[in-house]
Amino acid sequence: MMKHFLEVQGLAKRYPGSGNEQNLTVFENANFGINKGEFVCIIGHSGCGKSTILNILAGLDEASDGAVIMNDKEVVGPSLERGVVFQNYSLLPWRSTLKNITFAVRARWPGWSKEQVLEHSMKFLDLVGLKGVEQRKPSQLSGGMRQRVSIARAFATQPQLLLMDEPFGALDALTRGLIQEELLKIWEETHQTVFMITHDVDEAILLSDRILLMTNGPHAQVAESVSVSIPRPRNRTDIIHHPGYYKIRNHLVDFLVNRSKELTASAASDTTNTEVSYDIHPVVVDPANDGSETAQQAQSKQVAI
Amino acid sequence: MFASQRFRATVVSLVLLLVLLGIWEGLNIAPTDVAPQSEYELLMGGASQEARVPPPSSVIKLAYEELSNPFYDVGPNDKGIGIQLGYSLYRVLTGFFFAALVALPIGFLVGMSPLMHKALDPFIQVLRPISPLAWMPLALFIIQDSEASAIFVIFICSIWPMLINTAFGVANVRQDWINVARTHELGPFKTALQVILPAAAPTILTGMRISIGIAWLVIVAAEMLVGGTGIGYYVWNEWNNLDLTSVIFSILMIGIVGMLLDLALGRVSRLVEYEE
Repeated sequence: MMKHFLEVQGLAKRYPGSGNEQNLTVFENANFGINKGEFVCIIGHSGCGKSTILNILAGLDEASDGAVIMNDKEVVGPSLERGVVFQNYSLLPWRSTLKNITFAVRARWPGWSKEQVLEHSMKFLDLVGLKGVEQRKPSQLSGGMRQRVSIARAFATQPQLLLMDEPFGALDALTRGLIQEELLKIWEETHQTVFMITHDVDEAILLSDRILLMTNGPHAQVAESVSVSIPRPRNRTDIIHHPGYYKIRNHLVDFLVNRSKELTASAASDTTNTEVSYDIHPVVVDPANDGSETAQQAQSKQVAI
Repeated sequence: MFASQRFRATVVSLVLLLVLLGIWEGLNIAPTDVAPQSEYELLMGGASQEARVPPPSSVIKLAYEELSNPFYDVGPNDKGIGIQLGYSLYRVLTGFFFAALVALPIGFLVGMSPLMHKALDPFIQVLRPISPLAWMPLALFIIQDSEASAIFVIFICSIWPMLINTAFGVANVRQDWINVARTHELGPFKTALQVILPAAAPTILTGMRISIGIAWLVIVAAEMLVGGTGIGYYVWNEWNNLDLTSVIFSILMIGIVGMLLDLALGRVSRLVEYEE
């Protein structure tokens, strides 16, 4: 098997049940990898543990089973090698826009001179189109601008892996579209490895190389890995005309609406198996290039069961 | 023309003040003797003429005299109001300073460590409700110095609001900001200084503001006990002199200085406030 830059092996999160109750397993047997320079989105219904997976990757949360290995090293605790963009921006409100960025840059490169830090920070503020507001406090910025600052902060530290937890969830549709394009633009320039949570199917197709699909929790699993074989550079207006677009979209929607429940139900009936499994890998699907989608689906069901 | 609300409020305040002073002045008729004074009363100089709450006019007159020469010093029992207030302020600020020195680090410890919170909480809960003046005899015996004992009383009463607010502010810093510190690999010391301190600063300043208010309340009582100097001693001394005009004047001064102390800390807290 090919070795990935980031390996997630048999990851599970369980919460102890009270008294005689059984442990609550949010998700289990998550096995997947991410390659260097890849943009991977993960989609699933609320409560399937997407955020928990992201927090474990970030080192902010601990897994009950399994391990995360990045660059042949196990992930233990948070690190500057893994930047995080939080859904609620998490800017420090008492610092100006610029100082929020220099805060991160200085933490990343403690040896840098003041000028170096400033120049580097301004470069990334410029990249997200925020030159001119660097002295404003986050409270004086709109939601979209705040998330831009947050993205600039994460990209400025140039982490090996960037984790984004529903970064556009709190934004209105118009702003969201604009920032998605900006994110695409920055990504084309940097080829930053990204792992992103989203609820938005179109956003996932626009941005990612691969989309991981999770079944419903509890006992959620990473069931499928959908390749988005649409050439880059992409943009919002043209991507919908690509012949593969709706094939992928339909596949994703069908999974979320119908199959995410069925797969969980069939997995839950098999509760006797509590052993950690490193063998259950998500089924690789490529709806855009594969005409026999239904056959693929049937096969994926079989394997997951 | 529409006057601003601030202006109208000032007018109402002034009217109220004038009405209250007017009533006070108006009701303040020197008592006329119903019965002729006895021989004894005549011998005492017809004291009933003076045994009344002084009218505002004489308080204002005294205030003008005292404030036009606040720093005179003609012996232990006759010092200007400025000197007395200066002594009190010195004690309050010294006690407050040492209290901050102790309360802020312990507050951080209690706020950041759930273990220390549980361990120290019983001590705080028992010590906090003790009236600071109850410490006075013990302080006098151990320290053997009335001046330092007064400062100690201020110290002990200033600690609690600062400590509790610091612990509360530190413990309730948003987890998101702590996570930002963690993902940027900030050590515990840097996290405390760069993230927790600015995040909790408004709550800490609120605690300091409550503390200095309490300290100013307590210093008057403490100085009545230890005597010698200070505004509390001044009030009690004038009471012993049966000089009610001076008593009322010093009460007003206590109020004004207390207000100024609060305003000063209010200014400082505005510097550390932030909008989310």
